[in-house]
Amino acid sequence: MGASDLIMYEEEFQKIKDVISKLRVDANANVVFLVDKNGQQIAATGDVERLDTTSLASLTAGNVAATDGLAKLIGEKEFAVLFHEGEKENIHISIVSGKVILVVIFDERSSLGLVRLRVKRSSEELSRVFQQIMEKTERERATGAAALDSPFAEITDADIDALFNE
Amino acid sequence: MSFINYASREINCKIVYYGPGLCGKTTNLQYIYEKTNPQAKGKLISLATETDRTLFFDFLPLDLGTIRGFKTRFHLYTVPGQVFYDASRKLILKGVDGVVFVADSQEARMDANVESIRNLEANLQEHGFDLRTIPYVLQLNKRDLPTAVPVEEMLRQLKYKDEPVFEAVALKGIGVFDTLKACAKQVLIELSKK
Repeated sequence: MGASDLIMYEEEFQKIKDVISKLRVDANANVVFLVDKNGQQIAATGDVERLDTTSLASLTAGNVAATDGLAKLIGEKEFAVLFHEGEKENIHISIVSGKVILVVIFDERSSLGLVRLRVKRSSEELSRVFQQIMEKTERERATGAAALDSPFAEITDADIDALFNE
Repeated sequence: MSFINYASREINCKIVYYGPGLCGKTTNLQYIYEKTNPQAKGKLISLATETDRTLFFDFLPLDLGTIRGFKTRFHLYTVPGQVFYDASRKLILKGVDGVVFVADSQEARMDANVESIRNLEANLQEHGFDLRTIPYVLQLNKRDLPTAVPVEEMLRQLKYKDEPVFEAVALKGIGVFDTLKACAKQVLIELSKK
């Protein structure tokens, strides 16, 4: 726990959603989503109703973690891109800033070349947004935890018990 | 590593069930899955071998409700218990917020329990965590078996710090929710300290 926790603010969340929405249109993809390396979904756009995005996020992170392990075994830093080709749909997975995972699901209306090209540009934009988030979190931490207005700052035993009795 | 999303007012935490092979980690998750109402849970995903041994992990997302207007979601994972899957176990501990250690009460498994706690300690360290400070609960599972070691003896060998301890029979659900609740509680309290 500690300094590495990811905190998402309204402003950056909107920026992220804008970038992935644009990517979905530009790459002609069905679904685009962002996951952190621990398997938590950050944002998703497109035809997501038919998908179990929580499971997708967890399995994607597991997949990336396993591939990272493979990379280290052969002396590589990471495999920055993973691609899975299906009969109808394909999944393109790439790592942004070494921290978050960008997933694009597309079918024959697009192509691997187009997706790769668009992902590259969006990754740069996403990197900038995540840099902003880091700086913001650092700033808020430096000015004292109170500024973060954590909803858990004054959590009580009763609050926690209530969770389990619902 | 918990993930607080102020935009969608959600908080996500990760709890990992650890323990030696066949101690009942997956059984814990299966019971939680069965007894939770459909709106509060996602799919239970098991990456297992053909003989139902966990190969990579089991995963169960659980919505516990809201605290101070924030949706509280726990992601429960198990690790593969078999010794030779250590590389996979390490990966799953990444970003963990709380650990449940499921110990097998059978006498023949005591060495495996001890070895698994050592392994947990070492693998946590690799991710920069410390078993002495991370939210942690010890579950003594399979208490109904005739070969179960007395509780005092298990605690003497397995108790690591002042962690909460629960006796359980995961197949019947005994102690399963108490264990989860105790761990979730510690995780949330830890969050409030930040």
